[in-house]
Amino acid sequence: MTDTGRLIPRRRDMHPVPYDPEYKTSVTRSPNLPLLSLESTPSEETGPRFGHGLIGALDNNLILNFSKGAAPAIGERIRVHGRVVDENARPVPHTLVEVWQANAGGRYRHVKDTYFAPLDPNFGGCGRTLTDENGYYEFLTIRPGAYPWPNRGNDWRPMHIHVSVFGHSFGQRLITQLYFEGDPLIALCPIAATVKDRGQLDQLVAPLDMGASRPMDYLAYRFDIVLRGRRQTMFENKPEGM
Amino acid sequence: MVQKLGTLTETASQTGGPYVHIGCIPTFAGLPGVYPEDLGLSPIAEGAKGEVITITGSIYDGTGWAMRDAMFESWQADGTGRYPGTPGADPAVNGFCRFAADKDTGEYTLRTIKPGAVKGHDGRMMAPHISIWIVARGINIGLHTRIYFDDEDNSNDPLLARIEQRPRVDTLIAKREGAGQYRFDIRLQGQGETVFLDI
Repeated sequence: MTDTGRLIPRRRDMHPVPYDPEYKTSVTRSPNLPLLSLESTPSEETGPRFGHGLIGALDNNLILNFSKGAAPAIGERIRVHGRVVDENARPVPHTLVEVWQANAGGRYRHVKDTYFAPLDPNFGGCGRTLTDENGYYEFLTIRPGAYPWPNRGNDWRPMHIHVSVFGHSFGQRLITQLYFEGDPLIALCPIAATVKDRGQLDQLVAPLDMGASRPMDYLAYRFDIVLRGRRQTMFENKPEGM
Repeated sequence: MVQKLGTLTETASQTGGPYVHIGCIPTFAGLPGVYPEDLGLSPIAEGAKGEVITITGSIYDGTGWAMRDAMFESWQADGTGRYPGTPGADPAVNGFCRFAADKDTGEYTLRTIKPGAVKGHDGRMMAPHISIWIVARGINIGLHTRIYFDDEDNSNDPLLARIEQRPRVDTLIAKREGAGQYRFDIRLQGQGETVFLDI
C-alpha cells in the first residue's frame, strides 16, 4: 500500500473564507460562483521536485543571506523550526519551504512598500530550505515588526512570516502565515480573522520554544505545517461503473 | 467513545499578500543576488520536444481591473503527456513555471511547450492542459484552474464535461491568436467568471 492514492479533498471550512468584507481586497478578488469539486487526477497528484543543488548555504539564514555574510540584519534573533507532515501524520521529506517577511521595523524591501520605518541595509527578507528526510526544517531570522496597512481606518498586521510549501504534488500547494505567541494584534487582524475556525487559527500561532533556543544567541519558535494527505487504500483504479 | 482517528487537519491557508514576489521570485521583486536566479523561470530547457507556445493574458478582479500583483504557478506534462518524474518523461521538461502579472500592464506571459493529452485514472484521456495556481493579495486561498487549447479536441475531457453551464467551459480554453500564440484571460469574479477548481 503505497502513498499514491487520490488526494484527500480539501476541507474548505478549515480554510479562510475567500470573501470577507473586513479584509477589503478580498471583496473583488473572491469568486462568486462555487468551485468545481472533482477527485484529483495525475495533474494534481504529481508536482515539481527540487533538489539540494538548488539550496545555497545561507538560503535559510535571513540574518546573513542578503549581505552574503558580511554583516548581520538588525533585530531580535530567532530560530523558526518545525516539521512538515501530511494529514495522515506522515512526514513530508525533501520538500521546498520558502519564507518572506518584513524587517524588524515592519518594512518590506519592496518598491511598493512606502511605510516610513527604515530599510535595513543588511536585510532582504526571503529565505528557503528543504525539509530533511523526516520532514524537519529550520530558519534563522529576525523577528519581523508589526506594521500598519491600508484597510479599515487603523489596521495593523501582527508580526508574521509568510510561509510557502510545495509538498510532493501540485494539489498540495499551500501558502500560509506564521504568527507569534502572545501577539495581541492577532486578535485584531482582519486577515488572520478570515480563518473562522478558532482551532485552525491557533495552529498558525507559533509557540515560544525555549528548549530549541540557544542561550546568549537566539530564541526559538516552533511551527509545524500539515499538508493535504492522500487516501491510502488498495481499492483504487476501478474501471468506471464498478 | 470511539477510537481516535489520528489524522490531522491541513494547515489553514493565508493570503500571499502584496509582497509574495519577495519570497517566491525575489529577483523579479527587486532583490537580486539572494539566489542565483528565481525559481521556476522556465518549464522547459533547450531541446524540449513538442510545439513551443506562448500564452499571454491578464487576470481581472471583480471590477474588471487587470491586477498588477498576481503571481502564477503552472504545472504540466511533457509533449507526450508524461509528467516530469514519471517513466519516459522528456528530461528537458521540468513542467513547473512561476510568472507574474506585469506591474504596469497586468499582462502575464508563459512560454512553454504544448503538453500532450494525459490518461486519467479511469483510463479516459484528459485533453492537453496546463494546471494553474494563482495567489495574490486578497486571495485567501490559492486558486486552481486549468488552461486548455481551442485547437485541440476538448469534447471528451472528463473535467470540462463536468461543467454544467456549457458557456463556462470557454473560460478554461485558451484562444489561438497566431502560430504558437494563445490568449488566456482569467476573471476572478462576475461576468465571465473563470471556473476555479476544488481538486
